[in-house]
Amino acid sequence: MRLTTCLLVAFCLLPLPSLAQEAARIVAENRAQIEKPSRQTIGPLIAELVGSNDPMADDILSAWADKRLVIRKSDSAMFVAVAEGDGFALIALDGTPAGTAAKAELTELKPNAGVRGLIATALVQFTLSDPDPRKRQAALTSIAQDPTAEALEPLRAAIASEEDAGLKAQKVRLERLLTLRFDPSSQARVAAIDSFGSDLGLDLRAALNPLVATTRIASSTPPEGNIARELRLGSDIPEDEAYVLLVAASLAPARLTLEDQRAALLANLKDGMVAGVPVAELNTQAARDRAYTALEASGAVPVAATDDEAKAALKAAKFYEVYVEPDPAVTEAAEEALTRIGTKVGIMQTADLGLDALSLASIYFLAAIGLAITFGVMGVINMAHGEFITIGAYTGYVVQLYVPDYTLSILVALPLAFAITFAAGVALERLVIRHLYKRPLETLLATFGISIALQQILKNVFGTQARPLTSPAWLDGALVINDVVSISYIRIAIFVLALIFLAFFLYLMKRTRLGLEVRAVTQNPAMAASMGIDPDRINMLTFGLGSGIAGIAGVAIGLFAKVTSELGTDYIVQSFMTVVVGGVGSIWGTLSGAVMIGSFQKVIEFFNPSNTLAAQTYMILFIILFIQFRPRGIIALRGRAAGD
Amino acid sequence: MSALLEVSGVTVSFDGFRAINNLTFSIGAAELRAIIGPNGAGKSTFMDIVTGKTRPDSGSVNFGERPVSLLKLSEAQIARAGIGRKFQRPTVFEDQTVHENLTLALKAARSPWAVLAWRKSAADEDRIAALTAQVGLADSLAKKAGTLSHGQKQWLEIAMLLAQEPRLLLVDEPAAGMTLAEREKTTELLVDIARTRAVVVVEHDMDFVRRLNCKVTVLHEGAVLAEGSLDHVTKNQTVIDVYLGRG
Amino acid sequence: MTHPRHRSALIFLASLAIFTIAVTIAAQFGLVSTSFVKTLGKTLCLCLAALAMDLIWGYAGILSLGHMAFFALGGYMVGMWLMYARTEEIVIASMSNGGLPATPEEISQGIATQIFGVVGASDLPAIWSFANSLPLQLALVVAVPGLLALIFGWLAFRSRVTGVYLSILTQAMTLALALYLFQNDSGLRGNNGLSGLQNLPGVTAGQDAVSLWFFWASAAALALTYVGLHAIVSGKFGSVIRAIRDDEARVRFLGYSVEGYKLFVFTLTAVICAFAGALYYPQAGIINPAELAPIASIYLAVWVAVGGRGRLYGAVIGAALVSLLSSWFTGGRVPSVDLGIGTINWVDWWLVLLGLTFVCVTLFSPKGIGGLFDRFAGVHAPDRKGAPLGPDDGSLQEKEAQE
Repeated sequence: MRLTTCLLVAFCLLPLPSLAQEAARIVAENRAQIEKPSRQTIGPLIAELVGSNDPMADDILSAWADKRLVIRKSDSAMFVAVAEGDGFALIALDGTPAGTAAKAELTELKPNAGVRGLIATALVQFTLSDPDPRKRQAALTSIAQDPTAEALEPLRAAIASEEDAGLKAQKVRLERLLTLRFDPSSQARVAAIDSFGSDLGLDLRAALNPLVATTRIASSTPPEGNIARELRLGSDIPEDEAYVLLVAASLAPARLTLEDQRAALLANLKDGMVAGVPVAELNTQAARDRAYTALEASGAVPVAATDDEAKAALKAAKFYEVYVEPDPAVTEAAEEALTRIGTKVGIMQTADLGLDALSLASIYFLAAIGLAITFGVMGVINMAHGEFITIGAYTGYVVQLYVPDYTLSILVALPLAFAITFAAGVALERLVIRHLYKRPLETLLATFGISIALQQILKNVFGTQARPLTSPAWLDGALVINDVVSISYIRIAIFVLALIFLAFFLYLMKRTRLGLEVRAVTQNPAMAASMGIDPDRINMLTFGLGSGIAGIAGVAIGLFAKVTSELGTDYIVQSFMTVVVGGVGSIWGTLSGAVMIGSFQKVIEFFNPSNTLAAQTYMILFIILFIQFRPRGIIALRGRAAGD
Repeated sequence: MSALLEVSGVTVSFDGFRAINNLTFSIGAAELRAIIGPNGAGKSTFMDIVTGKTRPDSGSVNFGERPVSLLKLSEAQIARAGIGRKFQRPTVFEDQTVHENLTLALKAARSPWAVLAWRKSAADEDRIAALTAQVGLADSLAKKAGTLSHGQKQWLEIAMLLAQEPRLLLVDEPAAGMTLAEREKTTELLVDIARTRAVVVVEHDMDFVRRLNCKVTVLHEGAVLAEGSLDHVTKNQTVIDVYLGRG
Repeated sequence: MTHPRHRSALIFLASLAIFTIAVTIAAQFGLVSTSFVKTLGKTLCLCLAALAMDLIWGYAGILSLGHMAFFALGGYMVGMWLMYARTEEIVIASMSNGGLPATPEEISQGIATQIFGVVGASDLPAIWSFANSLPLQLALVVAVPGLLALIFGWLAFRSRVTGVYLSILTQAMTLALALYLFQNDSGLRGNNGLSGLQNLPGVTAGQDAVSLWFFWASAAALALTYVGLHAIVSGKFGSVIRAIRDDEARVRFLGYSVEGYKLFVFTLTAVICAFAGALYYPQAGIINPAELAPIASIYLAVWVAVGGRGRLYGAVIGAALVSLLSSWFTGGRVPSVDLGIGTINWVDWWLVLLGLTFVCVTLFSPKGIGGLFDRFAGVHAPDRKGAPLGPDDGSLQEKEAQE
């Protein structure tokens, strides 16, 4: 039965030419009522127009509401007027153009505000049933942005006729959102609230929150209305604020502010004295209070509440939080729904936080994995590691100058960055580090010298402003799971890259000849050398590899961070921390270090979202404390390998 | 006779490997003792435990007449309690003169404030002069320790050990790298020291042990295998097996 | 007749005295500008910090990358009083025009608004409670960095963190402190820092006189600290910490509490640095959290390395030379070099030169400038076939030692 109705309505909605005269006919039949409309009686007429299915009805109604429905004085014919030059273009009620007219030739119909409101409501229904789905969508969006009680009825009326499933779902949801706010029936509202369950939509929370909005009032007797709770002085409401409420409720006189007191004293200054107190003595609050009290006594200034009076007034009154919404059943249902939603939002936020932490951990891991090789495996501390990351990022930028296709340019930049930083690493190892093996502190300082030189060279070449390194379009946007949980594609890409690096590292160290030789050389160089492994070559290659990975990490980090010459510096301390906290010499240690530092930082940021600086401060403090309990990191190598 | 050092039921393992296995050992207040044993028998680990470098998994280590547990003390506290250690390789402060090395070792208050307030006294100078005379370094007082020969460094370290005035000396392979004459002198010195305090000598060299002429403890796989005079233990069949079987 | 090992200290004190007198005379006759006197005064403070760095790194072998944090903290502590007292004068002066004499509450409110308006606050944070008292705030110059060093050092040393790990940890500490101070609600005006510190409250003398006072104070502080540290390092205490530098395990077996000594030296040098900072920032006029950047502390190590670590005069020479050259090169007064393919503008390329020079010093001349003095004195490095003088990371290298 309902299906047939739907089909029938849908059929009727099709713009049929035979209906084109319908609106004009209705207007003509009710001409008198239209010229002098009354709010009480005009309803059926508007409904008839809306129900006519004539496309002109919409134009006629909106013209009427806009005071553009006109009567030509010469022949009393009615037109829709559209401003054109100095005068108006006229359109007949059946939609045909009817020439132009000057303003003086026309009489405008001016319906009152009540009638205009009825027309507007009808128009909403009109657009909600417009044949064009885009117009229906626009109407829905505008109602959702600015929900009003008036929109409820037309929205309900427009649901049945909707044939687009997506729009229909939107209409149904919006209808319930409007119902829970504006329906006159308490039961209907509660039912609408309950129907949402623990829905996570922001629109639902936006609709529910006004229902539980409260105001604070002071009163000597329990007030009328929907009381949320009574406030205890001191714990629930500070005394200052409570006193402001008292003043607002006319239960106490306003207190004297220090500025007012000062002004009053100055106004009563005579011959260097205020109420007999010399001005020079008025440099303490007690003296000023005395002078003001003296002025009060002489009636020169209005009496202000003293501290004791204020205390007494506060004691005498009670303070309440009162719901703006008068219906207790609704506020109760809304509070319950918000609690339900809050719990679910909490769970989802935890999930989102987990994703955030994971992505930050991937970034730290990416920045640290090169160090895990040079510092963790070889034990060489390289302060210029951060600059290798920067060089990688700049390589990406330079490649994009020549290769305009972003996808291609990233694919070119990754191996190129590896090659460049690999070469730089090998050069650094050959020229400097080789001479300082077994002298870690000297290595630290010498590579720091390299670091400041490299950073300044990069600054001289590329300037101080940030350079763009643009990610391909397919990495834009985010994977949105619901209104709470989402993760940007670029972070997913970095996570994947981190996994690839981890796999690569494990493969390299555990499954290749190079890995075997590296482990041999780091554990016992003399023994390795006697077995025909050239430690010099291995050290050079390993160091180059660690540096090359820094270059690749630089390209990845450059995609979301600002590419400046200080890019690497921002990551170097965290990277060292990651390696140290994780446990030197173990890639799983570096991974767990990255996860721990990343999660910890995100959790702190969650509790104090406005302040990422504080998060970093606390994170470092945490690391310092952590090292107290596990001096060798999360994954501690025991025995000789750990340098015991 | 009450023991100065009592080690009982001590076990320590590294990553599953039991370096010391339920070891029990004691030494009197004025006694010379040699510890021998094949490589990996736990000799160095034993010294590490007594000096506080390694913490055992179980067991107790007590020191002194009114026994103090060493397990709760730091290395420095153990040293101050009166246990001195000489390492296998001579470890002296190479950038400092012989005089400075000995001044560092002289028995005196060790806290930073006390050291800041320390002024050299005639008694200290006499003591340093006596010690250097005893070990034959009297002419090298102003020399940097790093410029001494290997044997001289051994002697300097022994002198430092004596300057500490410990009640128990742990000496790790004192004869390594010494000439025959130096060994004889070392033997005399150790025997002499053991008249007034306890000395534990860890040694590989059987000739040297024989010359010490003292009770011998044989360690094997972290436990005491045999104890007694050198002749007694070398007749013990298990000891012979261990030495021949393991080299 | 003086003992030869005190000779270098006497020569140093004499040189410093001559230098101070020469600058004073030159300033009296207008031969050097006020700003240059300030630069020299600041340089003396940096030398003072370098002395502390040499004690901890050169003598005790602990490469701390956090001592400039203590320097800056000292500056902050004295800066708080300077800024408070100066603002108080201004507030009282402006309020005296208001008809009524100001109450203490109004004054402190006015000061708070004046100082913290920039970070959108109008109340004095609790850490400013003592800012109205010079003696208390001067006590904090010692107490705050000293306590921080004590706590941090206790945590770090008791868990036996050594070598590069300790360096990285101190660097992290500096970074944490800098990031904390960068926040607006840290109570120290966030990245605005403290400013106007060159104006001494209650002093009407001009900056030319004030700059000389601070120059003298800095020279006196440097001289006193030098004498004190020289006494420490040439006595038994110096012997202990040098032994810790080269072989701390051995020192432990001698019965010295290595951790206690490290903590002592760490805290002592932190306090010296804080004191140097308290003298430095009134001459600089402004302090902000950028002064705590980890790189500042690394520069401190660079100065000591360039001068030659393990000798006090080396630290002073290194700090003076590098920091003066630095301000000369970055001041834009050094002529550019035309290479044909491009021009080397020293403002841009000075850091490159410094970085590479430093690498060369580390590689080829570990003794730094101090090595030149050894050469004049005919002192050679021992021939140890490349072996350092001890097993620890901070131990002297073969080329750093004297035979």
